Amino acid sequence: MTRRLAIAIFALTLLLLALIRASTGAMSNPFADEQALGVWVSAALTLCMLSFLYGDNPFFKFAENVFVGVSAACWMVMAFWRALVPNLLGNLAPEVPVALFGMDLPLDVGVGRRLLYVVPLLLGLMLLTRFHPRGRAISAWALAFIIGTTAGLRFVTYLGSDFLAQIHNTIQPLVVLRDGAFDARATLSVVVLTAGVLCAMAYFYFSREQKGLLGAASRVGIWILMITFGASFGYTVMGRVALLVARMEFLLRDWLGFL
Amino acid sequence: MSWRGRPWQWETDRRLVYVIMLLSVVGPLIWRISFREHPSPMVQEIFDAIEALPPDARVLMAYDFDPSTDPEVKPMGDAFTRHLALRRAKLFYLTLWPLGQGEIDQVLRRVLLAEFPEYRYGTDFVNLGFMSGNEGVIAVALTDLKKGFTTDAFNASTAGDNGMPIMRGIDNLRNMDLIVSVASGYPGLREWIQYAAVPGRIPIIGGAVAVMSPELFPYVPGQCKGLLAGIKGAAEYEQLLIERYPQLDRPEARTALDRMGPQTAAHFAIMALIVLGNAMYLLERRRERGRRP
Repeated sequence: MTRRLAIAIFALTLLLLALIRASTGAMSNPFADEQALGVWVSAALTLCMLSFLYGDNPFFKFAENVFVGVSAACWMVMAFWRALVPNLLGNLAPEVPVALFGMDLPLDVGVGRRLLYVVPLLLGLMLLTRFHPRGRAISAWALAFIIGTTAGLRFVTYLGSDFLAQIHNTIQPLVVLRDGAFDARATLSVVVLTAGVLCAMAYFYFSREQKGLLGAASRVGIWILMITFGASFGYTVMGRVALLVARMEFLLRDWLGFL
Repeated sequence: MSWRGRPWQWETDRRLVYVIMLLSVVGPLIWRISFREHPSPMVQEIFDAIEALPPDARVLMAYDFDPSTDPEVKPMGDAFTRHLALRRAKLFYLTLWPLGQGEIDQVLRRVLLAEFPEYRYGTDFVNLGFMSGNEGVIAVALTDLKKGFTTDAFNASTAGDNGMPIMRGIDNLRNMDLIVSVASGYPGLREWIQYAAVPGRIPIIGGAVAVMSPELFPYVPGQCKGLLAGIKGAAEYEQLLIERYPQLDRPEARTALDRMGPQTAAHFAIMALIVLGNAMYLLERRRERGRRP
């Protein structure tokens, strides 16, 4: 069976099914209202995406480009109205968004604050000079500011809130008492955690030949790592199946009216 | 696809696997097969943390996800909203994802306003909308929330005495009793833990897509009280909610539970395929060994 024939049979079967369902009133008329049209468009785009399972084809390419285009446009519009207008313009010249867009912004912004916001405006404009071949050096200054600020902010926070806090969480008493009584389950959990961390770290210790006690710990460490990767893979499968279930639920319930 | 010869000689097409997966998902959906979930201790911790909140507790709802992952995390977001509304908490919705704005609009329309009509905008809940800046926004909000979010999602000012009643007395994130982060990537739960919960000593709970959950487990319970991992975590949470509040036993409040039937069938299909694939490989290997002189 050629590929084109297979796609044609699948499309015709689906069309026939849709026509039968629509004629019996189980499916909504796509031109009844905006919501019904939206359901039909979503169903068509979903089928275009799923067609990739058979092989790369123009329908998939079309849906993929629509998805990327719509997402990018939405990002740009949201960033403009939620960040640039209220945060930048709202501090530089709040009278403008209040008069032009009817936004409810405080107008009592001092001169000092207005002047301060000239700095991010200039940095933003400097970034845009990247589009001109001669402006790349200017945009590098703005990029350097962004990277430097982000690195500084992340470094300090990561050290305190993640690195040290994780070490603190790992160092726990090996025997857990709850209300004065021995808690076997919690104790086992802490022992497994501590032994797992030490063995996994032993696997990455290359300054000594991995034999004897270090070798044994290293081999247990490999098992710990493999179990972790297995759990990650299992969770990934669960996530992907959840997406498939939701799409099927949409096609069967909202579009075809089966459920 | 070739079916000639003995089973281990069959050449199977990958598309056959897709068809098996499709059938294993569609079957339980049509016949509405679902199972009772047994909540794990981590999910129970989350449930208890919300149950222990006092009435009128201030809760920050960070919905950092978009439509590409909403089948997994939307049920969590809905369940958190229902539970907190039943506990009469004051809810502050915000997102660091541009398309998260639409997700907040949906949960407000479908869940909060539809099921809890007594909730008033500006008094019981507020939609602070999207703000760009990733973890920078969290760092600013930790010291001055109204500086990070000068307006709500409808461009109404969050500052000033004439503003919304819910915003009065709120200076920064430290005024929150709890942070609930529903996330599917960066920025998400990890950033809320690092930039708000730990430095501000604010209790935090969360839900995340299954893919990123193994990376977040090390934060529980030291830096994060509990984590709902993927659709399974959401289903367990829905089960607890229904047991505690039987009035929630209706289709719209058990989305994740209903999706666990197809999920389980699909997992069984994958396991069967893995076993079958390995069995055929071993048979083939044994046959080849037998051929050797």
